[in-house]
Amino acid sequence: MLEKILLLLSLSLSVAEELCKPGVGEAYKVRFSIKTALGDQAYPWNKNEMFLFRAALAFAMRDFTNGEEFGVSDIHPCNETQRVSFWFVVTRPNTMDLVDKGTVEMAIKKSRNRINGAFLLTDKTLEFDGIYPTLAAPVSPDTPPWLIVFGVVMGAVSVGIIALLVYPLVQRKLKKNMDADDEDSDEETGVKTAENGANDGIYNSTFSDDERFTQM
Amino acid sequence: MRLVLPNPGLDLRIPNYEDLEKMEKEDGDRPKWDNKAQYILTCVGFCVGIGNVWRFPYLCQTHGGGAFLIPYIILLVLEGLPLLLLEFGIGQRLRKGSVGVWRAINPYLTGVGIASMLVSLLIGLYYNTLIAWIMWYLFNSFQGPLPWTQCPLNDNRTGFISECQQSSTVDYYFYRVTLNASASITDSGGLQWPIVICLLAAWTVICICYIRGISTSGKAVYVTALLPYVVLAIFLIRGLTLKGAMNGVKYLFTPDVDELMNPTTWLDAGAQVFYAFSLAWGGLISFSSYNPVHNNCMQDAVILTIITGLTSIYAATVTYTVIGFRATDKYDTCISENIRMLLNGFELPEDSITASNYNAALHHLNSSNPDTVFGLDIKTCDMQKLLSEGVEGTGLAFIVFTEAITKMPGSPAWSVLFFIMLLCLGLSTLFGNIEGVVVPLKDLNLFPKKWPQEALTGVTCLVSFIICLLFAQQSGLYWVTLFDNFAGSIPLLTIGLTEMIAVVYIYGIDRFNEDIKFMIGKKPCIFWQISLRFTSPLILLVILVFYLVTQAQQELTYLVWDPDYDEFPTLASVPYPSWINVVIFVLAGIPSLAVPVYALCRLVFVRCKKKMKPEKDINQI
Repeated sequence: MLEKILLLLSLSLSVAEELCKPGVGEAYKVRFSIKTALGDQAYPWNKNEMFLFRAALAFAMRDFTNGEEFGVSDIHPCNETQRVSFWFVVTRPNTMDLVDKGTVEMAIKKSRNRINGAFLLTDKTLEFDGIYPTLAAPVSPDTPPWLIVFGVVMGAVSVGIIALLVYPLVQRKLKKNMDADDEDSDEETGVKTAENGANDGIYNSTFSDDERFTQM
Repeated sequence: MRLVLPNPGLDLRIPNYEDLEKMEKEDGDRPKWDNKAQYILTCVGFCVGIGNVWRFPYLCQTHGGGAFLIPYIILLVLEGLPLLLLEFGIGQRLRKGSVGVWRAINPYLTGVGIASMLVSLLIGLYYNTLIAWIMWYLFNSFQGPLPWTQCPLNDNRTGFISECQQSSTVDYYFYRVTLNASASITDSGGLQWPIVICLLAAWTVICICYIRGISTSGKAVYVTALLPYVVLAIFLIRGLTLKGAMNGVKYLFTPDVDELMNPTTWLDAGAQVFYAFSLAWGGLISFSSYNPVHNNCMQDAVILTIITGLTSIYAATVTYTVIGFRATDKYDTCISENIRMLLNGFELPEDSITASNYNAALHHLNSSNPDTVFGLDIKTCDMQKLLSEGVEGTGLAFIVFTEAITKMPGSPAWSVLFFIMLLCLGLSTLFGNIEGVVVPLKDLNLFPKKWPQEALTGVTCLVSFIICLLFAQQSGLYWVTLFDNFAGSIPLLTIGLTEMIAVVYIYGIDRFNEDIKFMIGKKPCIFWQISLRFTSPLILLVILVFYLVTQAQQELTYLVWDPDYDEFPTLASVPYPSWINVVIFVLAGIPSLAVPVYALCRLVFVRCKKKMKPEKDINQI
């Protein structure tokens, strides 16, 4: 019994090794940069992490193909290095047929965030060679902010210009009114002294309204 | 040396000392400074401009660092100081703007005033375009993240637009988003609307600040002249706390005494002093004419020289802390990138190569597997090269600094501060500039006398805005560089030289000494005598001759932003088209030739009048 199990295992292993050949066929290379991403809180890479990877990828395949029951045993890694990078292939459930590269790519793209999240990594620190992450578009607000600032500045400057132009005119009008008031109040009080350029002189009607006397 | 050219009728044209004392007591209609501080701040603002931030540090670093300060200070004292005293003294004595002053000294010299006005106008046009660009960046700084931190995505969203990818986000933002630069000066393209409205904003701001002449601009300088110093202090503190700042400062000030043997060092120092003081623009003469008669202009000249010199060094230090930070950051990124490539290429564990053992590891790997290393295309990271990159002119402000700011925490705030500082520096210089344009136009009676100051300012700003639309085209950047190279160099030197000769030998240095004695109370000492008569004119003459010689020998080429160029993102060096010679003649030749041409025209006019007058007398008999 034990011998049979051992035989089966070694067979499957050898089959896996044959399926997964770096750089050939449907294999993808994946690279982890855990220390770069997490620094002091980096976890060591071991068999358990590898298991998590296979499980995550199996989930991605299930999610993409919508039902096909991929399992951990359908993900075959090989050529693991100290860098923490390795190649892998995906086989269809319960068979040894390789899933083509395109399907694997689309499945990974769909669930990229989930896979990243499982490892606390990002698109840059968990790299799949050949699968480019779709980049998030830069945020662009509806009204460009510069237009708002420009509007504020121009508004302030225009108000300033109008104020500076209108202020002396308003002052002149007020001064004229004040001068007229001064003239009225001066007529009531005493003697007029001729001041140079102050008033134009008070119009004394006694001397100029001749018509009243001559119209006899 | 009593060499004075004959100048009949001088006493009739200028107010004598009694008139000056009378004018001092009466409240004339000539504008006046509210207080001495306004005058000093206006002059400081005029002299301290954007050039102190983006030209002086570059010159300092390329010409031997700390050693450059030696020719700079020597020429500051020998060349700048006497010219300042000359302009202050003559303006304060003759109480007129630049055209009025030269017309009073000798009517044939009015051309000097006209030349000053033309130069001020041409410089003002492109200077305000720089202000417009600074305003655009300022308006865009009120958002986080700053718009020049990201490249726009390409169509299928897998990468960035190739132009941006190949160059950098800041390059792309400046050349493509802001300017939409075409590939040559002939290819003018359409108007760039963001630049048009920023130009409108710039000219409107100048208009309101100068709308009543110095009574409004005198208030505005309290902000525009002082704020840059505050911002520089903030940046100094911020800069010194950044990583790698001291690399930059060391690079700036490391003296290389051999550079002093190089004549270009001295030439560049002399030219920088001349342009930094905004001499020969006519603005300083105008500003001094609003002073009280007994103002101590000699002290003012010394104060202004010291302030300008210290500000240049201060601004250079601040600039280089930021440049050092950026270079260090880029260097670290370069090293990390190389380490990443080595780790990936050789499948080594992550911590095996760090920044400290990078060189040893690279050497080891190169000796064991040279082919693989070669295949990886490792770039050499050169700190010196990074420190010397693009650190002059618009490149410094809009590319190097903006990039450095994006790496600082809280970048929008730093960006706003930086561009407000540049805006204030530029505006305060423009006040002097527009003074040098509006006052001569008034003196030449080109405006109706009834028009108030507001109308003069408004019309000047409106006409200038329309001409400035030339710079709002897609080829605007190349036009600005053209104006910068030709409108501001040779004509200013010519006018400066003519001014010195006019005052010393036509007005008479003895008369000038007596004027200073009347105004201040003591005659200028032997230092001023020698420098005004010999040293300063000689230095100016030497600089002018060398400039003409180097310009004549140079091929007329300019740098363009061309995405199709082989070595993009390096700027391509392209020869100017042939019609550019006409433009250069208009920019440099016409102001310089205004001096002799006006004198000749006047000569001809006077001769014609004399011929007609005897005929009239005969007819009357």
